[in-house]
Amino acid sequence: MMPQDISKSPVCNLAAGEEIRGKWNQLIYRIRRRLGYGATGAVYLADSINGTVALKIGHDQMSITSEVNVLKRFSKVQGKVLGPSLIDVDDWQIRSVTYPFYAMEYLKGETLFDFMRPKSPEWAGILLVQLLTDLHMLHQAGWAFGDLKPDNLLVTGPPYRIRWIDVGGTTVMDRSIKEYTEFFDRGYWGKGSRKAEPSYDLFSAGMVMVNLAYPARFTKKSDPDRQMQELRKNSPMLRLYAHILEKAWNGKYRYAEEMRNELVLLLNEKDKRTVQQNKNPAVQKKAAVQKQTRQSQKKKQKSFIAETFLVFTFVFVVYLFYMLGQTM
Amino acid sequence: MRKKGTLRQILLITDGCSNQGEDPVAMAALAHEQGIAVNVIGVLNENAPEYHRQGLKEVEDIAMAGGGISQVVYTKQLAQTVKMVTQKAMAQTIKGVVNAELQQILGSKSTMEDLPPDKRGEVMEVVDEMGETMNLEVLVLIDASGSMEDKMLTVQESLLDLSISLNSRIGENEFSIFAFPGKKKEVEELLSWSSKLDSIGKIFSKLTLGGITPTGPAIKEGIAAFTRKRSSKRSFLSDDAPGYIEESGM
Ligand SMILES: Nc1ncnc2c1ncn2[C@@H]1O[C@H](COP(=O)(O)OP(=O)(O)O)[C@@H](O)[C@H]1O
Ligand SMILES: [Mg+2]
Repeated sequence: MMPQDISKSPVCNLAAGEEIRGKWNQLIYRIRRRLGYGATGAVYLADSINGTVALKIGHDQMSITSEVNVLKRFSKVQGKVLGPSLIDVDDWQIRSVTYPFYAMEYLKGETLFDFMRPKSPEWAGILLVQLLTDLHMLHQAGWAFGDLKPDNLLVTGPPYRIRWIDVGGTTVMDRSIKEYTEFFDRGYWGKGSRKAEPSYDLFSAGMVMVNLAYPARFTKKSDPDRQMQELRKNSPMLRLYAHILEKAWNGKYRYAEEMRNELVLLLNEKDKRTVQQNKNPAVQKKAAVQKQTRQSQKKKQKSFIAETFLVFTFVFVVYLFYMLGQTM
Repeated sequence: MRKKGTLRQILLITDGCSNQGEDPVAMAALAHEQGIAVNVIGVLNENAPEYHRQGLKEVEDIAMAGGGISQVVYTKQLAQTVKMVTQKAMAQTIKGVVNAELQQILGSKSTMEDLPPDKRGEVMEVVDEMGETMNLEVLVLIDASGSMEDKMLTVQESLLDLSISLNSRIGENEFSIFAFPGKKKEVEELLSWSSKLDSIGKIFSKLTLGGITPTGPAIKEGIAAFTRKRSSKRSFLSDDAPGYIEESGM
């Protein structure tokens, strides 16, 4: 009757070495350690005949079944796998209580916060580009992710790639979002409905970045628009992306691709600027010397500079592509 | 089974200790008999004295008799809980319906849990679909006794938040709000059936908090409100087509 404490539940307290056998498929899983737990259950690292897997054990049939349905759909989506792939679904019976579970691909990675700690702020942009690429595919397939937040994201690699876990909030388009977290929910901030549509996820994606800048999170004040504007202004990292974040906050992007492309453009621009800043003194000096030389030579020099610049941009674009990993 | 039906719920928000009129547990049982689930949220102050916690015992009893769900929370978790309880109760009702169907098809005491995971997934899709598309009528009963004073703003915000969630569904929603005790009567209607809760701020500001806690009479009044609604529907519409009542009628 009192607020439940999930961490006390038996499914959250399996010991290393314990073995779980599925009631239907009879596969055995040997627990190695707990990876984490949330509202629906606990996730363990476990060994099985299918290799090392992540095992999610829950107490509620409905939410586990719901997640399995989503993961099944993803393996049917053509091309890249979105989210961890599904390996096995079963029930674990112990002392006449039945706990539903499923085994999925184990994603070895760091949390978003751990990853970003030693990294420069443009990495936040690059991860967001990757995330938006995946979101676009998901949206095209007719789903919204729903519960987008750092706890449900991992960075795998190198090469670094953002991946999502926990598809508990993933909802068919136009239905009501199944699961969300207030800080990342536009309904909470008075910025729209909880209907599954691309702009719902894009709002949350923006808030993920805000959360990276303000790890402690915060609550709603009387004028959320102004509050958020201030917060964007006061963080050096957010200032870089302020324009895009504001559009996402106001639901101005209709597709993930739109937001992604603007972000790529911004990141490119920024990189060019740094190239020019590094290169500029040399170029200026050379240009000064050239002033007194003949026209033709000047032309040659100019084209040489242009070429150097082209090569540089090319190298940078390639570098950016590399950083984006499998994004493109 | 896919026919669009209507789910009826009473959501009682109280800090317990009913002290006037009919036994609320009996009234909840009466509601349940008429296809209305009674959900109860007990609100507690962080520094509530022990006798107050004791008073919350009835929260569980009322919900159990009413075929609904109960939860005791501290004031600050109210918004999440209001949604959680409402949605869980919807799911529970739907699951009950689906399980009954399964038993017809598969016989004996089969439930969703007895199905192999594959089949369970298919059933779950039906459950999801129903939860998304069914019409929902929620009648909110707010304990307006003096002890609830410092919780009213939170109650108001929680209901607004609930309406954002429910109105994001495909199915229709209608809300009605009653407070007990009312200004003149034991139980007073604050808002008659409406799909939006945007204007509840005004309603709440008019509320004056009284001394008694007539929880039983409030549930009884809630049942009556559902009955009135149903009969008005019947007189205006020929067939089972819930949803489009008020505009066509009045
Ligand atoms: N496939 C996976 N690979 C690695 N770690 C995982 C995986 N799935 C979940 N986790 C870890 O377990 C935690 C809880 O899992 P999650 O699915 O988010 O549970 P909940 O739905 O209860 O929030 C995650 O935050 C993450 O740290
Ligand atoms: Mg999670």
